Amino acid sequence: MTVPAHVREEDERLARERKKLARDGSKLKGARLEARLDKSWARPPGIIGWISTVDHKEIGRRYIVTALIFLALGGALALAMRMQLARPDSALIGAARYNELFTMHGTTMMFLFAVPVMQGVALYVLPLMLGTRNCSFPRLAAFSYFTYLFGGLLLWGAFFLNIGPDVGWFAYTPLSGPEYSPGKRADIWAQMVTFTEVAALAVAVVIVCTILKQRAPGMTLARMPLFAWAMLVTGIMIIFSMPSVALASAMLISDRLVGTHFFNHFEHGDALLWQHLFWFFGHPEVYIIFLPATGFVSVIVEAFCRRPVFAYPVVVLALVATGILAFGLWVHHMFTTGLPRVGYSFYTAASMTVAIPTGLQIFCWLATMWDGRPRLEVPMLYVIGFIVTFVIGGLTGVMIASVPLDLQLHDTYFIVAHFHYVLIGGAVFPLLGAIVYWYPKITGRMMNPTLGKIQFWMIFLGFQLAFFPMHLSGLLGMPRRVYTYPAGLGLELPNLLSTLGSLVVGAAVVLFVVNGLVSLFRGAIAPDDPWKAPSLEWATRSPPPPYNFAHIPVAESRTPLWDQPDGLPVVTGLRVDEKELLVTTVVAAAPDMREPVPHASPWPFIAAVAVAIVFIATIFSPWALAMGIVPAAIALAAWFWPKEIKREPEPVIT
Amino acid sequence: MNRPLRFTDDLADLPTHRFGPSSLTWWGVVAFMVIEGVAFAMAIAAYFFLMGHEQGWPPEGRQPPALLAGTLFTILMLLSEIPNSMVKRAAHERNVAAIRVLMPILILIGIVLFVIRGFEFNSLNCRWTDDAYSSIIWALLLLHTAHILTDWIDTLVLWLLMRTELGYEGRKLVDTDENALYWRFVWLTWLPIYLLIYWVPRL
Repeated sequence: MTVPAHVREEDERLARERKKLARDGSKLKGARLEARLDKSWARPPGIIGWISTVDHKEIGRRYIVTALIFLALGGALALAMRMQLARPDSALIGAARYNELFTMHGTTMMFLFAVPVMQGVALYVLPLMLGTRNCSFPRLAAFSYFTYLFGGLLLWGAFFLNIGPDVGWFAYTPLSGPEYSPGKRADIWAQMVTFTEVAALAVAVVIVCTILKQRAPGMTLARMPLFAWAMLVTGIMIIFSMPSVALASAMLISDRLVGTHFFNHFEHGDALLWQHLFWFFGHPEVYIIFLPATGFVSVIVEAFCRRPVFAYPVVVLALVATGILAFGLWVHHMFTTGLPRVGYSFYTAASMTVAIPTGLQIFCWLATMWDGRPRLEVPMLYVIGFIVTFVIGGLTGVMIASVPLDLQLHDTYFIVAHFHYVLIGGAVFPLLGAIVYWYPKITGRMMNPTLGKIQFWMIFLGFQLAFFPMHLSGLLGMPRRVYTYPAGLGLELPNLLSTLGSLVVGAAVVLFVVNGLVSLFRGAIAPDDPWKAPSLEWATRSPPPPYNFAHIPVAESRTPLWDQPDGLPVVTGLRVDEKELLVTTVVAAAPDMREPVPHASPWPFIAAVAVAIVFIATIFSPWALAMGIVPAAIALAAWFWPKEIKREPEPVIT
Repeated sequence: MNRPLRFTDDLADLPTHRFGPSSLTWWGVVAFMVIEGVAFAMAIAAYFFLMGHEQGWPPEGRQPPALLAGTLFTILMLLSEIPNSMVKRAAHERNVAAIRVLMPILILIGIVLFVIRGFEFNSLNCRWTDDAYSSIIWALLLLHTAHILTDWIDTLVLWLLMRTELGYEGRKLVDTDENALYWRFVWLTWLPIYLLIYWVPRL
């Protein structure tokens, strides 16, 4: 026997104590249960409690609010650029400042807004939708938020100190290399990438593990809400694509700081290596932003048409197919760099193929609307706005997948129009719909629907006015990323229209913020399930208590709240005086384990600070890496180290 | 929850730890291995991309890295799987006494590996500033060294924890099992990198 006698005695004593522990069940339910759960799930108060929280809802909310602030900042830069471009030969903003503006705009929107906001919504909504009490690895989620925040502060702090990056959001070498970008601007860009990739990868792991292991009993993969499928594919895509840009940015900074030659042509490096590594991440990135949005659309269409999404398996397979195909497209960003013939053919074919699964999804949504009874409330309006706008953007995408046309249109405003149609139409419209949709769950109040409708029409029409003319200015040959254009080329009218449209969009965004803030205090009180929707997040209170569900719900169908005539089925037996959740099997979601939930801890925050110091200091000296490892390692060790070395009847994570 | 409830199963008797794919942290570890594996794969892709530009590999006038240190490193790394497997088995058997003896051996092996790795950097016959070939060779070696360091720190912290009475807790045994799994990943990823640094330049 390998276990000593005193340990065996201790085992037996703990087993006896285990029998006395309080658990939820038919004897312990209702208000009495909730009062005890409130106590065991509460986080410490004050600022220490604020940085220590491990509640997925608090972290998700922070992610969403922070990302929306970055959206507003990025949007303000866009308006500044549109002001400059309103008239030809304008001297409002100089060339150098303009370079900074479009770099900051693209970088902010891609790295600090689009990906984090989708992950933030997923962090908030998914555990509720899956019927669990917290996300997996909540301390990792907390760490990731602070890492993301510090990355954003680095970029914007640098911008305000007038050392913001000015090399484009893709930072092509050799422009971003040591020869052509002396100073620290490009290094700040590269380290901002490191911060945001670490954060995004951490959340991706959290999301994938939550989806695979923490679904409500009975929620087999085939019964999972489509938003969960979309986030599962997105999470896996992040895991496979983001290491590439993290590696690339590390190579760039080492070329700049310690004299390696990865991208230096004169020492047999290659600038195109940068483009390959960047776009191997950069193209999947587009789908990492788009697929969560398709998840929003599926959820909203289902709820507002009172019908399960048409052809669920087709939508799931389309999501998976898009996720796989997205990794075979990156070279279409590089058609003008000169490629082998077969490369042109392959990447053109792949780029056109990806339209097929996306088209299938759109037909499934249309069929759902056709067969259901659509209620044209605000979230549904955004879905319709999405379909119209995204289809236009998708069609121009198929056009520029063709090499001869791309060679002509590359780096013109036609491309700018295309990707704003797919990114704003494809991701921001569904996101705004999703915010209106889940706002009552998050805040406990409804957003004002009249303001919401006015705001929708303003942003939808303003968007078309801003971006449709860019197709024309692009076809007329207007290049991107140039701070002005001469008069007399026919570019005046489309540019003026674009600027007017952007002002309408800006006003609509202000209205959205006003609606969001005012409704927080004045909005109608939201019931648990204001939209009569089918998924589990609507089974709990609005806003949900810290433990989400007093008893873990069971899913007996794809639309559990629509198919439960005799009450919501629940399982019981989880601990009441400690935080605990249920782990289920990957495919069948059969109950597998009870899992302790980590207590609140300041160490993820401290670890994020230590890591931030390393990342920022390595902009200036490679030795920072060697020295910075020590505090970071100590912080991580303290994160894992139990606060009390004492065996408990059942494991707790302190 | 204001809805009427229907009580079904009671799960109080479910375990609070399990080995392998049942464990949540197992999935976390696998996810991080995939992330790091992709980083290795992209670095290897960069290696071949840069190699495609050269007439010779290593480029003309350069010596391939000397074999001794790297090969010693590889042999020791492969041998480390013996105590590593023993730790893994001991974790499954709840043989904490064995874990407490075996883990310091792994920590010691880690220290020896660091020393040999130092000689490896010295025997590459190039500096990272020489050319793109040198840069990528150094990058591969550095990337792998980071993994040895991560696992070494992890093993050290875990060993200190296993020396306490918490060592008998099921979830700590699962941690030990998964730490051993991660070490397998570290030495498995070394094998292609060993070939790329030491043998491909000799082809």
